[in-house]
Amino acid sequence: MSDLRDLYQEMILDHQRHPRNFCVLPDATRQQEGYNLLCGDRITLYLKLRDNRIENISFQGSGCAISTASASVMTESVKGKTIEEALALFEAFHELVTGQVSPGAGRGPRPSLGKLAVFSGVREFPVRVKCATLAWHTLRAALEGRQETVSTE
Amino acid sequence: MSRLSVPRPRLAEPNAGSKWQAEALRDEFPILQRPIRGKGLVYLDNAATTQKPRAVIEALRRFYEELNANVHRGIHYLSEQATQAFEQTRSAVQRFIGARSTREIIFTRGTTESINLVAWSFSRRFLQPGDEILITHMEHHSNIVPWQMVCEERGVVLRTVPLTSEGELNWSAFERLLSSKTKVVSVAHVSNVLGTVNPVREIVRAAHAVGAKVLVDGAQAVPHLPVDVQELDCDFYAFSAHKMYGPTGVGVLYGKEELLEAMPPYQGGGDMIASVSFERTTYNTLPYKFEAGTPNIADIVAFRAAIDFLNRLDMMEVYTQEEKLTKYALTALHEVPGVVIYGRPAHRCGAIAFNLDGIHPHDLGTVLDQEGIAIRTGHHCAQPLMDWLGVAATARASFGVYNTVEDVDRLVAGLYRAREFFHL
Ligand SMILES: Cc1ncc(COP(=O)(O)O)c(C=O)c1O
Repeated sequence: MSDLRDLYQEMILDHQRHPRNFCVLPDATRQQEGYNLLCGDRITLYLKLRDNRIENISFQGSGCAISTASASVMTESVKGKTIEEALALFEAFHELVTGQVSPGAGRGPRPSLGKLAVFSGVREFPVRVKCATLAWHTLRAALEGRQETVSTE
Repeated sequence: MSRLSVPRPRLAEPNAGSKWQAEALRDEFPILQRPIRGKGLVYLDNAATTQKPRAVIEALRRFYEELNANVHRGIHYLSEQATQAFEQTRSAVQRFIGARSTREIIFTRGTTESINLVAWSFSRRFLQPGDEILITHMEHHSNIVPWQMVCEERGVVLRTVPLTSEGELNWSAFERLLSSKTKVVSVAHVSNVLGTVNPVREIVRAAHAVGAKVLVDGAQAVPHLPVDVQELDCDFYAFSAHKMYGPTGVGVLYGKEELLEAMPPYQGGGDMIASVSFERTTYNTLPYKFEAGTPNIADIVAFRAAIDFLNRLDMMEVYTQEEKLTKYALTALHEVPGVVIYGRPAHRCGAIAFNLDGIHPHDLGTVLDQEGIAIRTGHHCAQPLMDWLGVAATARASFGVYNTVEDVDRLVAGLYRAREFFHL
């Protein structure tokens, strides 16, 4: 069971049971849907952007422990960040959970992961990477102003 | 793991007097000997694909080592031998499902291709705008999407029969939806999620009374119960070899000869023609008219070993033994706190769909996987059914001939472990 505890660290279970920023943002400037075709997880992200900065962010939806906790921790991590900082954080997070540098990733110094480091166990569970990154793919689509629903197949 | 007291359900009846024991069959399946994550494999994902007995694996190897050649083409020794072995599988399939003739047995890539073949070929010849196709709310995507595509192209209307709260076909709704406009009824023999066995004979009788043809998706039925297409009187019957202990990449379409005769070819190419010139091409006779190109020869030859295997076990006996195991599993699962089982069909086999309250099926699947227990989680290629159930996903345990009471006990123990792990 030790591997499982690496995946489901207590902080993850806590965020799953008590997701943070789990609400609709009435004054959101952007809204984005994300969908994991494999397991049916759905997420709706709400963002309030001002001056290139994520002033507020929240989410709604239903999903497994990994995807719910990931969305919850993500909202905490990117609140107050600029768009560029948030995207750089996604690169770092992606590297953390896949163990691979994503193509097109910048060469610059990696931002500090902070709390996001609890997702390091995902790397040993390749089928769960999509759960961990659903919220992030959805965020990126929202920040890039794409309209279509994001899906991680 | 402290306080892991797994209540043992009342023991299933010992299989005294039965022809074979699931436990003993396990020796014939090499993969079941393989430890998974350091534990003995409990394989409960048989509805996705079954494991293969040694006889099938051997047949595949023997084909490539001793018989390999193209079929229906060469006059040399190997081609003749390969063709013979290939056609022997066709005869074995014909007998296995009680078809009148080998002309009614068409090899495809799988159930999906079999359904697509009928959807496209039948509709080209027989469907007019305004005609209706009737499916049910419990279909696999492969018995939904091909019809949607045909409907869009040909202006045909797709209608769906709802289910009862038990997860059975709503018969009065079916009768209401059935009309002289209905040209095709396409229905699963057994649901891959709920395990519901549909009353195919009655469906066929009702459909024929209004002049509709019936396609039966038998992917989840052929591995679990005796199927006789003449007795069912269905017009088409589709299934996959890989879900009945055979190789992947092989499917069967049974069709009544007069219908297949009247239908145009699905694909064009070699083998499906009688003669070709640029002015005029004439098509081959059945079943070759529907088998364009080099077929999956090796897997089709090896498929025969799977049919021999099931014949040896006797499908009635397979049904009886699996029925006992399913009953045992249902009782055992019901006793786990927080377990919700989807559907309560009176006649069922194969699969049990369930959820554990407070744990997402995907997380449950990961915990069980760590215990060497393979189940399926997700929407099971049946999203409309998931919507009807009001869930995004479920867990599913599905059985095969080698599953034992101990497998069910390990699943149940895994569920307790998951509850403990997620602090429930
Ligand atoms: C009821 C049912 N129909 C059709 C299919 C499709 O079978 P295949 O993927 O072998 O074509 C499946 C398999 O998942 C099934 O369970």
